[in-house]
Amino acid sequence: MTTSRAIKVTVNGVAYERTVEPRLLLADFLRHTLGLTGTHVGCEHGVCGACTVLLDGDSVRSCLLFAVQADGTHVETVESFGTIGQLNALQEAFHEHHALQCGFCTPGMLITATDLMRKYPLVSDDDIREGLSGNLCRCTGYEHIVRAVRAAVARARDPAP
Amino acid sequence: MKPAAFDYVVAESVDAAVKALAAADGEVKILAGGQSLVPMLNFRLLRPSILVDINRIPDLAYVEERGDAIVIGALTRHYRLETSPVIAEHLPVVAEAMRHVAHLAIRNRGTIGGSLSHADPAAELPMLALLLDATLEVASPTGPRTVPAKDFFLGALSVDLAPDEMVTRVTVPKLPPVTGWGFAEVARRHGDFALAAVAATVTLRDGVAGEVRIATTGVDETAKRARDAEALLTGKVVTPELVEVAIAAVRAGINPPTDLHASSDYRRHLVGVLAGRALADAERRAHGEEP
Repeated sequence: MTTSRAIKVTVNGVAYERTVEPRLLLADFLRHTLGLTGTHVGCEHGVCGACTVLLDGDSVRSCLLFAVQADGTHVETVESFGTIGQLNALQEAFHEHHALQCGFCTPGMLITATDLMRKYPLVSDDDIREGLSGNLCRCTGYEHIVRAVRAAVARARDPAP
Repeated sequence: MKPAAFDYVVAESVDAAVKALAAADGEVKILAGGQSLVPMLNFRLLRPSILVDINRIPDLAYVEERGDAIVIGALTRHYRLETSPVIAEHLPVVAEAMRHVAHLAIRNRGTIGGSLSHADPAAELPMLALLLDATLEVASPTGPRTVPAKDFFLGALSVDLAPDEMVTRVTVPKLPPVTGWGFAEVARRHGDFALAAVAATVTLRDGVAGEVRIATTGVDETAKRARDAEALLTGKVVTPELVEVAIAAVRAGINPPTDLHASSDYRRHLVGVLAGRALADAERRAHGEEP
């Protein structure tokens, strides 16, 4: 018996009520049930970081969490960041520094960098590299991603220019 | 759907969780942080019929100073151990080690109770529990019991825990006065499981190493204390020559695996190098110096 359960989840400020099987992963709930395909699914076992989302403000792998566990929580995905016409500051830095090629890892990179910037001072490139080491990118060689995060950290510290 | 179908029980209390575990018909697993369990479910390496989710049990995540001990709730996340002011003050070796545990998104979810119960042979927390002589409190249908860490880890992914029991708290005695600590780890990439890691403490008494503790992970079926090496150093003035003898004893006391990432011989070499570094750092800190 695997009784489906009714859950209420707020995603990007919108309240959703759905009935889901317990084994439905949060990543698949976001993509298939809600149609929010900004969250990407790569390895599906917590290694690649592509599916990282914010759960009550903390970055988490949405492939290692069941949708039923998100009942009553606030989830933020990349769709809550900027729009194409109005990128947020981190996305703007990714754009300026060419921090993406195919874009598959980008949502996870943006979410992870957002949580890192809130929790760590990221004073050196080593700190940034360590922080991003749980997110795999097969295109860029990481150099431009590190550069973009470095620029975003600098801008957050001194927003003047 | 990646995992096989299972039934899902949200436990509102430790009692309810233990009752649900005991009442389960078929294989049952506790869902805490899920950072090791859910990958195994996604691969269908495990197909439990019931998951008991303990994440909503109130008051199971805490770090508190109580007399001569630090008491840590089983549901305390790695990130909290990494950043807790109580841990930073009394158990800085734990804070340092936690920065080597996986990645932020994993540390945001993973729990101390889960990591100890899972007992990965290369995980940091079992090593720290052994190093610090922690005691685990376990809830069972017949009431709570306590297990010293030294009796808890039985083998790879194997601990002294029945299917209807769960770890509820970890009690860690504060370190004695004039104690320094050291931690050294090598992994293929930052956040990967350790190829080898060592944590050590040195307590100075009357100018000698009155107490020495050395624990390893990644180099045997379970994390281990290097008691032969500890005995060689205890009561002595720690000289480089004596450290070399202790390192040889660390290497002799383990049985490292060979896998894709490193050979047994390399791990045995590495663990000695790391033991030397951890001991050196511990001794410097015990003398009030920065390592």
